[in-house]
This record gives sequence, structure tokens and C-alpha cells, in this order.
Amino acid sequence: MSPVIPNAVTPEPATPKIEFRDVSHSFDLGGETFAALDHVSLDIAEGEFVTVVGPSGCGKSTLMNITAGLLDPQSGEVLVDGQPVRGPSPQRGVIFQQYALFPWMTVRKNVEFGLKIAGVNAEERRRTAERFIDMVGLSDFADALPKTLSGGMKQRCAIARAYAVDPTILLMDEPFGALDALTRVQLQDRLLDTWSRERRTVLFITHDVDEAVYLANRVIVMAARPGRVHRVIDVDLPYPRTEDMRLSPEFAELRREVWHSVYHQPSPIERTSP
Amino acid sequence: MVRKTARSSPSATTGDTARNRRSTVPLTIGSGLLGLAVWVLLANSGIQGFPGPLEVAERAVASIGDGTLFGDLFASLRRVLTGFVLGIALAVPVGFLMGWYAPVRGLIEPWLQFFRMVPPLAIIPLAIVLMGIGETPKIFVIFLASFLSSVVSTFQGVVSVDSTLINAARVLGAKDRRVFTGVVVPASTPFILVGMRIGLGASWATVVAAELLAAQEGLGYRMQQAQLYYDLPTIFVQLIVIGLVGLLMDRLLLLAERRLTSWQERR
Ligand SMILES: Nc1ncnc2c1ncn2[C@@H]1O[C@H](COP(=O)(O)OP(=O)(O)OP(=O)(O)O)[C@@H](O)[C@H]1O
Ligand SMILES: [Mg+2]
Repeated sequence: MSPVIPNAVTPEPATPKIEFRDVSHSFDLGGETFAALDHVSLDIAEGEFVTVVGPSGCGKSTLMNITAGLLDPQSGEVLVDGQPVRGPSPQRGVIFQQYALFPWMTVRKNVEFGLKIAGVNAEERRRTAERFIDMVGLSDFADALPKTLSGGMKQRCAIARAYAVDPTILLMDEPFGALDALTRVQLQDRLLDTWSRERRTVLFITHDVDEAVYLANRVIVMAARPGRVHRVIDVDLPYPRTEDMRLSPEFAELRREVWHSVYHQPSPIERTSP
Repeated sequence: MVRKTARSSPSATTGDTARNRRSTVPLTIGSGLLGLAVWVLLANSGIQGFPGPLEVAERAVASIGDGTLFGDLFASLRRVLTGFVLGIALAVPVGFLMGWYAPVRGLIEPWLQFFRMVPPLAIIPLAIVLMGIGETPKIFVIFLASFLSSVVSTFQGVVSVDSTLINAARVLGAKDRRVFTGVVVPASTPFILVGMRIGLGASWATVVAAELLAAQEGLGYRMQQAQLYYDLPTIFVQLIVIGLVGLLMDRLLLLAERRLTSWQERR
């Protein structure tokens, strides 16, 4: 009964870092069930940078919350390193669209939070925090409260906080969605820069087609109602990605392809509810 | 009217900027002088026994001199603070439990809603019958007043903690206990402090009224005595002290609130 989805499962030689197996989830809306995710299957290899695009409400955030362990799927499972996900873990760092900084803590205290939970001693905590605050260029604001930071600075602080606990996977839900175009491009380049050095596995959600193509090894295009994987598009552009590349015909072609599959979606599957 | 404030966002209570405050200083002084003038006029208009400011000031000096004013003030403050501290000490954990565990909320909320509708003073007759005429019934009623007004805002605070912050803590490895102490408690302090201010106001109002009904000392008791002897200057002295002390306590808590919640983004 499940629809045939071309390219939904890309075969990988090694054990995938993240493996979605037939993940389905629906929400109860006053008696009516709404299928946010319907049989999503997908493998993400170690060190891969995968972006997810799709229309609003197609279940991108739901997918991320399930991967983070903040939400249990109703059926199917998510495996990380071959182990099923049970609850959140600092191994999977999450960066939220709304920054989610603790407003009563300074930048430094925010970055140290995860280390403190991990039981790292004060001195080492401070040193590690310093390093990541420096990495995101917030050294001058280490003792500032979040309310005094701009949106871009807040998001950089959130990124430092996520990196500080040294996750092997980064889950990012429209992290740059609320930022202006210039800041966004700068943060994209910084992110790619650290990624190409450290090769963490990244699952990056966005609604910006340009961003999806610019960052990714692979772009996952989702379709709505029910939320499912519609197409998987490989991005064969080399890293490091540069500003010039954004203007290249190859980039334009890829962007057109992604754009096309986002905006010409298959019609909603009418589900026969029992 | 007290309860409505508890429900609104706590940031609404802390508004005026330094510039605003400076520009209101002359107006405040002017308003005080105007009030004094009206008072003098009223005193001279021939209302039976209506004292002027001088007469009241003399009485104040006299009752400071013989120790009654501070004795009464001390008695009233002791009652308020005892009842208030006990009330808050119970309200904060109960509010947290209600916000954190839905069944606790279900069990307690109907009673809270009911007792919130009974003015604490209406409990006095019952409290006197059950607890005698000593300090206990008065402190109990103040305890009730401060408990009821602050438990609701603590609970509101816990319920309104941004779930993204809780998720952010959980993905950094925090378990329930850490989420509670590290996120829920600090995130709800603004609400708790607003609740405390409302609770203190309610306690102060309650103590004076309770002393009017049954006491051997205290500001309310002194007024009650003065009423028997048509002693208007004493009544005025007590009223002014009640107002000033109430104002002072409120300002102190407001200051504490500003300091402890300066991290809040204010719009
Ligand atoms: N807690 C919830 N209760 C009920 N329905 C929900 C809940 N969370 C999400 N949904 C529904 O599930 C669907 C998918 O939501 P989700 O947030 O995953 O979408 P999204 O792809 O992230 O959208 P956007 O791009 O707007 O962020 C939406 O249609 C939404 O209405
Ligand atoms: Mg979303």
C-alpha cells in the first residue's frame, strides 16, 4: 500500500550514521488524526551534510524532534550507529530556530551548561567554553546576557553551546531562518568551514532552496499530507563551496531541480481512516 | 483585582525607564504639596474634630516618644512577616508541584479556586473560634492570604515555561531533576516574585483588618482604640504609617524583583 518513492533509500556501503526505518507519526487533532510523517525511510552516512526542504507543515520539525529523541514515533524507528534512539542524548546536538538560549545565563554560562551536566570540572569547562565562544566570534560578549545580543549573535551562541558537548551529529531546524541575508550567508560559510574540518554528520532543515543546495551533499525534498520523502537530489559540487559557485550554471541547474520538486508536489494522498 | 495581575505577564509590572521616573519627580512633590493644602483646608473648614497636619505630627512625635508607635508597628510587622513567610514557603513548592504534575494540579486546583473567592477576613470568625484569640488566628489568616495569592502565580510560572528551553536542556543531556532546577525554577522566578508582591500586599491589608477585630497591640488595634475615644489624630498617624510601611515593603520587593529578573527581555 505504501507509495513507490524513487530514490527514497540510497544504498550505503557501511552502517549508516542515521537510519530512518519506516518512520510514521500522526497527531491527534480533536478526534481526527493528521499524518505528519508517513513511512519515511532514509539513510544518512557518517560525515554527510544532508539538507531537508519541503512545504510548511510537511513534517520537517517532526522528523527532527524524532531524531533528537524529543518525540517517539508511532511506528518505525530511528537508528543512530545501529542503535535505536531512546530519548535525547548530548551525542545529537540540536540547534533550534528560536535560538532557545537560557535568558538568565550569560553567553559563557549557556555554552558551559551541557558540560556542567556532563560533570566536567569548572576549569576545563571554562577552557572548552572559551574555545567555542572564540570559534563563533563572541569572545567580546562572553559575559553578556542573551537579551543584549542580535539574532545572529544569539544563533552563534546556540551553535557554540551545541558544539561544546562535542556531538557526533548536528540537527539544525531552520537555524538561520530568522536572520537577514548577509548574516545568513556568513553563518553558512562558517558552518561549512567547521564541518569540512570536523566532519560531523549534519541534518539541516531549511525552507530556503538556495541554502539547501549550497550546503548539502544531498538534498531531501519532502512532500506534505502526509509528510514523506518526495525526492533525494545529490549535489555533486565540490567543497569548499564559494560565492562564485552560487553563480555557476551547475548551481543554477541544481537549484532549479530542487525548486521544481518543492513546488510541483505530488497531490496529497487521501487516507481512508478506519 | 489582585488576582488579575498574577495572570498577566510579569514583565508588565516593571516598566518605567530612568527618564520617565525623573520627569515624574516634580509632579510627585507637587502632588504631595497639593494634598497637604487640601488637608489644611479640610481641617480649617470646621469638620468636628478633624485634625490638621501639625496636630497629627505632634501626636506622631508623642507616640514615638512613649514607644507605642514602634511597639504597634513591630507587633503588626511580626505578624505579617511570620504569616507571609509561612505562606510563601508553602505556596512555592505547592505551585511547583501543581505545574509539574498534572494530577496534583487536578486535586488542588478546585480548592484553590474556591478559597480564592473567600476573602481571608471572612475566615477570621472561624479561626478565632477554632484557635482562640491569641496570635495564631491572625497569623493563620495572613498565611492564608499570602499563600492563596502567590500559589497561583507560581503555578502559572511553571506552566508557562517555554517548552523549547526545556527541550534545549534535555538535548544537552539534562534529566528531569536538572531540567527542573536548571530551567523551570529560574524561568518561573519572575512569576514567583510577582506573586510575592501581591501576597505581601494582601498580607498587609489583612493584618490591619485582623487587628481591628481582635488584638491587644498593633496598628489596627491602636486605631480601634482611638475610634472609641474619638481620637482622630491617632487614627491619622496610624493610617499614614500603614500606608508608608506598605509602600516601603512593596518598593523593596519591586527592587528585588528588578535585580533578580534583569535578564528578562522587556518589550
Ligand atoms: N504538537 C502537535 N500537535 C498537533 N499537530 C502537530 C503538532 N506538531 C505538529 N503538528 C502538525 O504536524 C504537521 C507537521 O508539523 P511540522 O512542525 O513537523 O512541520 P514543518 O515541516 O516543520 O513545518 P514548518 O516548515 O512550517 O516548520 C503540521 O501540519 C502540524 O500541524
Ligand atoms: Mg518546522
